[in-house]
Amino acid sequence: MGTKRTTSFYVLSFVFAAFLIFLYGPMFCVYLLSFQGPEGGMSFPMRGFSTVWFETLFTAGGRGVGDIHNSFIRSLRLGAIVALLTMLIGLAVGMSFRRRYPGGNFVFYSAIVSMIVPGIFVGFGISLTLNMLGMRPQWWYSGIGAQLTWSLPFAMLIMFIILGRMDKSYEEAATDLGANSFQRFQYVILPLILPGVIGMFMAGFTSSYEEAARAGLNIGTGNTMPMELTGLLGAATTPVMFAVGTLTTLFMFTMVIVTLLASWSLAKRRQLRLTAHHA
Amino acid sequence: MSSMTMSPRIASWLQATPFTLIMTCLVMVPLAIILAVSFMDYGFAEIIPEFYLGNWTDLFRSSLTVDTYATVFRQLAMVWSITLVLGFTISYYLVFHVRSNMWRAIFLAACAIPFWTSGPIRMISWVPLLGREGLVNQALFGMGLIDQPISWLLYSEFSVILVYVNMLTMAMAGPIANSMAKISPSIIQAARDQGASEWQVIQEVIIPLIKPGIVVGTIFIITAVMGDGFLVRAMSGNQMNTPAVAIMNEINAFQFPPAAAKSVVLLVIVLGMVGLLLRFVDIRKELAR
Repeated sequence: MGTKRTTSFYVLSFVFAAFLIFLYGPMFCVYLLSFQGPEGGMSFPMRGFSTVWFETLFTAGGRGVGDIHNSFIRSLRLGAIVALLTMLIGLAVGMSFRRRYPGGNFVFYSAIVSMIVPGIFVGFGISLTLNMLGMRPQWWYSGIGAQLTWSLPFAMLIMFIILGRMDKSYEEAATDLGANSFQRFQYVILPLILPGVIGMFMAGFTSSYEEAARAGLNIGTGNTMPMELTGLLGAATTPVMFAVGTLTTLFMFTMVIVTLLASWSLAKRRQLRLTAHHA
Repeated sequence: MSSMTMSPRIASWLQATPFTLIMTCLVMVPLAIILAVSFMDYGFAEIIPEFYLGNWTDLFRSSLTVDTYATVFRQLAMVWSITLVLGFTISYYLVFHVRSNMWRAIFLAACAIPFWTSGPIRMISWVPLLGREGLVNQALFGMGLIDQPISWLLYSEFSVILVYVNMLTMAMAGPIANSMAKISPSIIQAARDQGASEWQVIQEVIIPLIKPGIVVGTIFIITAVMGDGFLVRAMSGNQMNTPAVAIMNEINAFQFPPAAAKSVVLLVIVLGMVGLLLRFVDIRKELAR
């Protein structure tokens, strides 16, 4: 707080460093042990280094691998659709909140309820509803629907925050210059909230990819990744699960970096176009 | 959606329609169905739509109900107090002690990255650390502190609490840091100028101003701990029984009506706790600020 570092700064730095070790320690065990030698087990010491557990993973019917390839593809498919729907529906509901309207509070608090109610109840409730209606769960309606109840409230909050902080004068200037509501949206609002829109897509994808409590009972036949991994957990005796951990983390890492680069280059292109107009 | 042909109110309703339909049909209606089914009879893997109070009388007669709630409240109290202290300390450090914006962003990202690894994998990642042949036991053995491995490190209440804290501290730290970032530096400077010590500033200025953040963080912790069955099952090695685990077991055994009655009880308790907390903070106002 002052200009000189106090003792408390060093104490707190130490606590924070310890917390990072607490977060990363187990993760590094996973990354390291995924390269365990063929004779090694799920604990240290490392008995040599090898990629044998990654090979097991990519061998069809590999031991302790279950149906992981198909689960991964199912999760990707589900995640992509949920992300897209989350982005579109979240954008729409966010735009609705730019003016006060009767029922707006109901919309807002229904999202809060959906965030607060533990996932298993939403999942169980949807599955009971299907049961009462005599319908079978299928990933493409009940699976997607169940996950939207989790991703959409977050999308709404993202829009709520980002539109709340947007400077209204840009929009007023556009209206004064004769822009209609479509032009206002396309040329003024969307560019300003683009990071939030991409954020909603990412939030939709990651929440879907991790989610099992809601989708589990409503996905129909075929596990998704978190369900399959939870199933394999109990029976795991070899480091093959750690290989899955290393690869999926790498995958998520790539996803996030690509999204960040994409939004960064989009923002830059806009900037260039704007300066070109001014020149 | 041109505003020339449509009133703004109708435009807003149309924009909110898909969202509201999903929230109504997939959250509100299903919760009502759970309540309805809790009063129905059941046979083997089927729901018999006849009025039946047995699910409720069984639930209130069973001593298991009290035991499971005692377990989950004990866990909640421990997880909440640890994440609160830890989450506060981390947010306080990041907001008030880290001066460069770049380092603050890097530290925040560093806290978020471990969450890109999927939950089940992060649970199993504790086995090489806490297991009988794990690093902790090896280290203690190497130092001559123990002569046989400690068995309560893994598949115990200890490992359940530890992994909860590992997964949920950021859920508490996030809202608290958000509240702290809104405190104007001039308020703190004023307190310092009046001769307040760092500890007095925390007690008299910061804590009263971050109450909304603490409330939101507490809500996250309550719903996560009360509603979770997966983590407890995995980290206790199927040895602990909480209300959510009991519900999951009955669902897996296709005993839907008793599971529904248990769900209603747990839901009322969770929503009651959250409703009580929300009396202290206006979320909608907090977000727009």
